[in-house]
Amino acid sequence: MSVNLTLLTVMGALYACGIYLILERSLTRVLLGLMLLANATNLLILATGGYAGLAPFFSKDTDPRAYNDPLPQALILTSIVISFAVTAFMLGIIYRTWVLARQDEIQDDVEDRRVAETPSFDAEDDAVIPAETSEFPLTMLGSDGAGVTDSSDTDLADSDSAATDSAATVKAGGKTILAEDAALEEKPGSANVHPGPEGGVK
Amino acid sequence: MNIASFAPLAVVLPILGAALTFLLIRHSHAQRAVSIALLSLTLLLECWLLASVWSGGTEAVNIGGWLPPWGIVLVVDQFSSLMLVVSSAVSLAVLVYATGQGMADGDQDAPVSIFHPTYLILVAGVSNAFLSGDLFNLYVGFEILLTASYVLMTLGGTGPRIRAGVTYVVVSVVSSVLFLIAIAMIYGATGTINMADLAIKLGELDQGTKTLLHVMLLVAFGIKAAVFPLSFWLPDSYPTAPAPVTAVFAGLLTKVGVYAMVRTETLLFPGDTLNAPLMVAALLTMVVGILGALAQSDIKRLLSFTLVSHIGYMVFGLALSSVAGLGAAVYYVAHHITIQTSLFLVTGLIERRGGSSSVDRLAGLAKLSPLLGLLFFVPAMNLAGIPPFSGFLGKLGLMQAGIGLGTPLAYALVIGGTLTSLLTLLAVARVWNRAFWRKPEDAEHPDPVLLAEAKDSATGHRAGKANVTLLPRTMVGSTLGLVVLGVALTVFAGPLFELANHSAAVMLDRTAYIQSVLGGNATVPELALGGGGK
Repeated sequence: MSVNLTLLTVMGALYACGIYLILERSLTRVLLGLMLLANATNLLILATGGYAGLAPFFSKDTDPRAYNDPLPQALILTSIVISFAVTAFMLGIIYRTWVLARQDEIQDDVEDRRVAETPSFDAEDDAVIPAETSEFPLTMLGSDGAGVTDSSDTDLADSDSAATDSAATVKAGGKTILAEDAALEEKPGSANVHPGPEGGVK
Repeated sequence: MNIASFAPLAVVLPILGAALTFLLIRHSHAQRAVSIALLSLTLLLECWLLASVWSGGTEAVNIGGWLPPWGIVLVVDQFSSLMLVVSSAVSLAVLVYATGQGMADGDQDAPVSIFHPTYLILVAGVSNAFLSGDLFNLYVGFEILLTASYVLMTLGGTGPRIRAGVTYVVVSVVSSVLFLIAIAMIYGATGTINMADLAIKLGELDQGTKTLLHVMLLVAFGIKAAVFPLSFWLPDSYPTAPAPVTAVFAGLLTKVGVYAMVRTETLLFPGDTLNAPLMVAALLTMVVGILGALAQSDIKRLLSFTLVSHIGYMVFGLALSSVAGLGAAVYYVAHHITIQTSLFLVTGLIERRGGSSSVDRLAGLAKLSPLLGLLFFVPAMNLAGIPPFSGFLGKLGLMQAGIGLGTPLAYALVIGGTLTSLLTLLAVARVWNRAFWRKPEDAEHPDPVLLAEAKDSATGHRAGKANVTLLPRTMVGSTLGLVVLGVALTVFAGPLFELANHSAAVMLDRTAYIQSVLGGNATVPELALGGGGK
């Protein structure tokens, strides 16, 4: 199969310009790029039909190799119609963009930008759960003695603090706190935080 | 007279409907009646086609009496007729939903009267792509559905839709140009574009040319099917369209791309030359897609990302190129079309009821409308792959096929698939916890509409907007119908899986397809690598 070099060169130039143009941000240029790409492809299809020959379905006596291949031309016709429809639609969209935004540029996706700027910390999912989430206050644990243990029974490894040795403790929210402190916490207006040796709650 | 003689009607009936509804553009009631009636008729016809090829058999019809390989052929086999039935059932449900929405909102003189003709053209394009036995006719089918989808995507011409539409149109046109270039090159190399004929002649090309043509087709279909790294256009463009339009796009358009990939892999380029890159693409599609979904707060965008992610499962099954893998992929396509569409329809209902589709604003919907909760919960759990549902069955089939193959890459895919399934569960559970379970006052940006007392819980009228029915019966009914169809895919999973596996075996064998198109004397070339034997 021989191929027309001029057609190939033109096709290459059209592809190059088309690809360059669709990378632009201006919609009109993108449209021109798409049109060039479609036409370059039409030339490519034409080239697959081989070198120009006689008109197809010419006569039964003609050598089959002298015919031009009609199928690529039928394909091109279809593809021209399709690219015509798409071009018309794109023109409509571009006009509409102009009416709405007075600009001929591709715009960013607002929601995408918003999601990109969202911090990875999510207040609802990632917030540290407070130690006390129960709706029932700790005094209810301590008042009747349930849940209160003497620290001498438990093997608490709090050798750093001598103050907790003789006091009763309450387990709450994964921590062990003094029963006195727990009771204090429930009194309105009380100073319920004793600064410990390391600044924390004893 | 064979059964396939009626196959062209699956394309002609919707186009006829489009012409009729276009004539009836000023009579919205007649328009609705005509489009629903014709689509139901198409669905019935396709059910009949499926029933006749259920136990095997591939039939072809020559359009216009031109003999293959010169003329256009339409081929009906198990896979294509299953896709036809599922896609038409889903499009009918969406059409009823859109009609209900139109009637509820009273769009007598809105520009959406163009919706019905365009929608029917879209259905015709999808049917044409599924039936086509000719590569260029497949391209025409794609173009019909894409051009219709451009119009539907930018329906109403509002700012955000035009912005999203531009991206969508440009990406789609570029993929179509790539497809057309591939067709031209294939014609240049072999002198035919009939798929059955190509199946024979492509085998005679040298490996380099074959790989080039193969890659070009896969890239073109990969853009349409939204396979990573060609998937970035999808979450950007789908969510802005109207709810029913997004639903039908999510269900059908990407699956047409997957269908074309399946045909390319099984019929045109059998063997496992590109299976390894396809597996990597499948893994990345699954994982990257679902990670994107976790970052979203808008339900529509979240679902668009899960859509991309779950395309990975289908490519996974396809890349295994074994009967078990391909069969599971066929079943998964049918499952995913139904489930993804119903989720988008439910999101449309959530948006109507809750006034927003953002999980930052939504709250307490389970109390406001338990039915809505049910409608969301069932497909969401189905999507995540919770055991009794079809999503689980499809994923299980894929995992078993992956382990059956036993290569390190297949194991990586199995692990990636499990991880994706768990992350999908996390994503939909987040939506569930926030939109349905938490109290309205706990929301980050509480919605005054949701905080207000509901006057009438099921079909209450929105505060401030009189005469807007929040949950019209037609919309809820069609969504419920799709959810029930999704459950039916689970209940009838046994026969369906059998059908899928049988169709996979037939597709990998290729003999039935080639001989039904080219006549019983056509010689089917031996597979170079015997991918079907695994």
